[in-house]
Amino acid sequence: MARITASVYTSHVPAIGAALDLGKSGEPYWQPLFKGYEPSKAWLKANTPDVIFLVYNDHATAFSLEMIPTFAIGCAAEFKPADEGWGPRPVPTVIGHPELAAHIAQSVIQDDFDLTIVNKMDVDHGLTVPLSLLCGQPQAWPCPVIPFAVNVVQFPPPSGRRCFELGKAIRRAIESYDEPLNVQVWGTGGMSHQLQGQRAGLINREFDNAFLDQLIADPDSLSRKPHIDYVREAGSEGVELVMWLIARGAMSDVAGGQPPRLVHRFYHVPASNTAVGHAILENV
Amino acid sequence: MSLDKPYKDIPGTTIFDAEQSRLGYHLNQFCMSLMKAENRERFKANERAYLDEWPMTEEQKQAVLARDLNRCIAAGGNIYFLAKIGATDGRSFQYMAASMTGMTQEEYAKMMLAGGRSIEGNRFIGEKKHG
Repeated sequence: MARITASVYTSHVPAIGAALDLGKSGEPYWQPLFKGYEPSKAWLKANTPDVIFLVYNDHATAFSLEMIPTFAIGCAAEFKPADEGWGPRPVPTVIGHPELAAHIAQSVIQDDFDLTIVNKMDVDHGLTVPLSLLCGQPQAWPCPVIPFAVNVVQFPPPSGRRCFELGKAIRRAIESYDEPLNVQVWGTGGMSHQLQGQRAGLINREFDNAFLDQLIADPDSLSRKPHIDYVREAGSEGVELVMWLIARGAMSDVAGGQPPRLVHRFYHVPASNTAVGHAILENV
Repeated sequence: MSLDKPYKDIPGTTIFDAEQSRLGYHLNQFCMSLMKAENRERFKANERAYLDEWPMTEEQKQAVLARDLNRCIAAGGNIYFLAKIGATDGRSFQYMAASMTGMTQEEYAKMMLAGGRSIEGNRFIGEKKHG
């Protein structure tokens, strides 16, 4: 049977992708950020999964206001890096895992989560920047990826609680897949940032670090945090953090297993307009 | 029963909810059209004529022509969509962010390097600034 071996949490700031693509990662502004991901790159190399289930949000790229799915699972064989207005990022095409994705869709929908199934979709920086941060600049991504897009553009996004419960359903779905695949679940977005209005540029270091503490130690309580706390304390775009709870809900301690092992934790301000947070948890 | 919107008292912040999305539908879809190079060219060649192809309000068109992002947001714009206007103009996102705060891009970049805008005094409209 398939199993979830680890979960990864990271911000997905577009400027990080641009810095890598334009060869600026060694500049003093970016160096501390990329240094914080060095242990993660080594870890992923030593612990490459068979599939990554990657939770992210689209930023008015694949989904305009014509359709706004709350939860959308990518079931295609491949996903092209999107042209977000300045040409597609020069990164590899994302290879999907249609069999496992279809299995998860069927299992999770029968478990009361009404997913939108997407068979054709380009993926934007929300998905490719986390891959770049942990894989660097390879010719091909190290394994197939199942994109899982969450609406956080039009308010309200799904609640933290709903995301956490969905994570549990995703774990049940993956663990009922016959092939013995090793799967990682990644939750991306955040941390504190606001990109609009007079309050743009908001960063809340205290909130972010308390969120990381609680994500690791007490995700059940964290999942009850209301939207207004994210929006007020972490900025209008900081509410992306609910996506991390999907990945956390998929870990085995939530279903009565052992607490996960913290492999790495990192926090840095700023990346352009955003605070960057990162953690890796392994099931033991 | 009316909907609970507790986010209305956050200073300098417009939450893009269903109401804003309805107001801004054509404005945001206009922005979305700028993802295509040929549309960017047509827009740049004659902004007013391009805008007139969209059933937007006059206020929305004026806000776009003035590149006043706060006005665009008040008229239903969403920042991820509006960012496509900045991309068409060849502006960085940080330039756009600064333009909404009343700071120069340099001042804004400096604030971010120093740890960003503090949450203190920025939680509630009318809240007294600390220190």
